[in-house]
Amino acid sequence: MIGLRVEIRNQENSLFMSDAIINIKFFASLREQVGLAEAQISEAGVSTVMDAWNSATDNREMPENTLMAVNMDYVEASHPVKAGDEVAFFPPVTGG
Amino acid sequence: MLIEIKDKPFEPYQRLVDYQGEAGFAGKYGATSVFVGSMREFNQGDDVSAMTLEHYPGMTEKYLQKISEEAATKWDILDSLIVHRVGEMLPNDPIVLVAVWSAHRAASFDASRYLMEELKSRAPFWKKESLTDKSRWVDKNT
Repeated sequence: MIGLRVEIRNQENSLFMSDAIINIKFFASLREQVGLAEAQISEAGVSTVMDAWNSATDNREMPENTLMAVNMDYVEASHPVKAGDEVAFFPPVTGG
Repeated sequence: MLIEIKDKPFEPYQRLVDYQGEAGFAGKYGATSVFVGSMREFNQGDDVSAMTLEHYPGMTEKYLQKISEEAATKWDILDSLIVHRVGEMLPNDPIVLVAVWSAHRAASFDASRYLMEELKSRAPFWKKESLTDKSRWVDKNT
């Protein structure tokens, strides 16, 4: 019984850990400027995309033309984020 | 409707023939509009010897799928195909193929233009050019 309880607690703990994380990605020139391709931040105190930027970059100033996406859809800096989201920052696109 | 991201060189005209042969709309279309974009050996007054194209795996495909669905809603088209290179490439390598099939020409012309303009302005791809003495991110999409 004790062993079972420990196992359940571990599952709950690991679930809690992954739930409390927001995944951050940086691309292209912005990745080089920030010096990070990916980061994981705690959701604590993070309610918008702008908050996520500030947490992941240690309050670095965001370049004016930065584009943002949550879960692979374009959003504005004021867009809400929650635990488990993937938030991406990147410069203007140059494909085609 | 198909989106393909290729990390190796591709031959756009062969891909077009192959896709059209498999697509199952033979006899239904009277118009095919095709756009092929290729790498130049010059940009902004400098010689460019090579280029690396980066993308956002997942979002790039999602965005191209979104604009393909929008085109199919806005115009009376039968099908569309988008193929885009990523990775290392050299001058003259094809970068992008956009093809649209429709019964009459206006829809395929308009839809292919729409796909290409939306791709260039919003699809998450980034070009980094190698010049003779340095490399630089392209910051203007003309």
